[in-house]
Amino acid sequence: MKISRGEYYSGRIFLLLMMIITVLPFISIFTTALYPSGTIPDGLSWPANPHWENFITAFKVANMSTLLASSTFIVLAVVPISLLISTMAAFAIGQLRIPGSRFLLFLFVFGLTLPMGGIIVPLYYLERQMGIYNTRLAIVLPLIGLYMPFAVYWMRTHFINMPTEISEAARVDGASTWDLFWRIHLPLAQAPITSLGILMSVWTWNQFLLALVLVEDPSHRTMAGALGAFQGHYATDVPLLCAGTIMILVPTLIIFVIFQRQIISAMLQGSIKG
Amino acid sequence: MKKGYVTMPASIESIAKSNLTSDNSPVANALSRRTSVRRETIIGWLFVLPALVMYAIFVLVPLVMSIRYSFYSWNGIGEMTWVGIKNYITVFKVPNLIGTIGNAFQLVLYFSIFPVGLGLLIASIIHRVAPGQFGEVTRTILFLPQIIPLVAAGIIWGWLLSLSGLVNEILNAIGLGAITRAWLGDFTWALPAVGFIGVWVLLGFCTVLLLTGINKIDPSLYESARIDGATWWEEFTSITVPLLKNEIGVCLTVTITNALAAFDIVYVSTAGGPGNSTAVPGIQIYILAFTQQRIGLASALAVLLMILVVIVVIPIQRLSKESTL
Repeated sequence: MKISRGEYYSGRIFLLLMMIITVLPFISIFTTALYPSGTIPDGLSWPANPHWENFITAFKVANMSTLLASSTFIVLAVVPISLLISTMAAFAIGQLRIPGSRFLLFLFVFGLTLPMGGIIVPLYYLERQMGIYNTRLAIVLPLIGLYMPFAVYWMRTHFINMPTEISEAARVDGASTWDLFWRIHLPLAQAPITSLGILMSVWTWNQFLLALVLVEDPSHRTMAGALGAFQGHYATDVPLLCAGTIMILVPTLIIFVIFQRQIISAMLQGSIKG
Repeated sequence: MKKGYVTMPASIESIAKSNLTSDNSPVANALSRRTSVRRETIIGWLFVLPALVMYAIFVLVPLVMSIRYSFYSWNGIGEMTWVGIKNYITVFKVPNLIGTIGNAFQLVLYFSIFPVGLGLLIASIIHRVAPGQFGEVTRTILFLPQIIPLVAAGIIWGWLLSLSGLVNEILNAIGLGAITRAWLGDFTWALPAVGFIGVWVLLGFCTVLLLTGINKIDPSLYESARIDGATWWEEFTSITVPLLKNEIGVCLTVTITNALAAFDIVYVSTAGGPGNSTAVPGIQIYILAFTQQRIGLASALAVLLMILVVIVVIPIQRLSKESTL
């Protein structure tokens, strides 16, 4: 190793500086949240007598328990269904290789980079017609559809690399197509399914545009969507807004700390495959 | 991968084999084989069906509706009137509309060049001076902004960049009090400020992705460079950057798509203002459709946005993939 001392320390100081820049915003909203509600505090100084009750107020006025329940419901509805149907489709395309596989793959890949802004307007009118506007289904159903390009593509990469001999051997033993999928290939696909599940959970929790446009009632929205509404009401009350933001961040941050390795690697793989 | 396999169910051979043992008549054999192939195809398509239906109803149908709306004048409630390409002409003629595409391209510069450039720098520094725990901590902390909702990032920075926020306080402290301002309310500075929020969000993602790439590079290349006494800069330009073309391509694709499709951060931090100085297509589509009830015009902009993303993303994908072949 031929690294000079000067380089070693200047490099590490630079990294430290980047970490501070990343973390400072979080610290700043935390100290701000402790100032008296309704005042305009300084950026980073610790308040004379911290108002911890701001968090309780924010929890109440933001209706946090309802929000947590609503967001959890949406994630629990979207993620398992998306996982199941995308894995089934990818199994048929990548492992069974049914006639038309190429066309199907092309069709799904076509949607990979589609910006949501491109279809949000018709989605609104479509949901009014279907009668699901302003319900949780208004977020759940389109999200499942929107995840399909990525999810199918992701799972297909797994199935295309599984040797077909496994399927053939099972066939000789008289397994039906469903058995083949459910008993043999699904257990083998656990790793990519887990990563995909983590990714879709984070995306769903953070989904804003769909919630904003398709659900008027904030208590039926995702966390991010509700935060948008909260900001609309308390834009002028900075300490309360900061307290509310922190409350909404806490669940995400806890999940990140626990699953950070899986989340980081899933997000990276996701972008590489996409 | 053998070509013939793509369109044929993998299990045909095994089915055919089992038929041979049970029935020696070639005609009956061919018949049962054909029916089982057809049965296989139907079952296979049934597996695809649920995903296909959800995708078709909630993505493909709205996509076609967007294109259809874009040729009509419609307020969302009354009669739809066919206007041909008039909406598209309006988008290109009205400065506030075509301007959103210009703003989107400016955001692309901030969102992609800084996170990718700075990410390369940080990743290579971690690789060189902090391969152990310190680097691990750096990467986790830098990644943090990537997992919080963009709305939260917008709210946080909306406060930090305000008149009495942290950014101005720091500027005051280091003697730059003269340039303090309400950054997001300033006609010149609002868009760069929004761009800066994007850098904060995307930097960790790019850093970690590029770092993974660097760690895949054969360490002997670096070792021999260091034995030759290569400086950090020489190592960076002659080994790291050229061998990371693929990862850089991925970073650019992700960051550019994020910039063109930006909505959340802008909506919360500036809502497109002041004036129209930070309006991006996503915001303008939302305003046109849901506050001005001009569905046709909103849809024309939406179609242009989708075309734009495809035009920008495909060449980058091509370039970065080719370099690995």
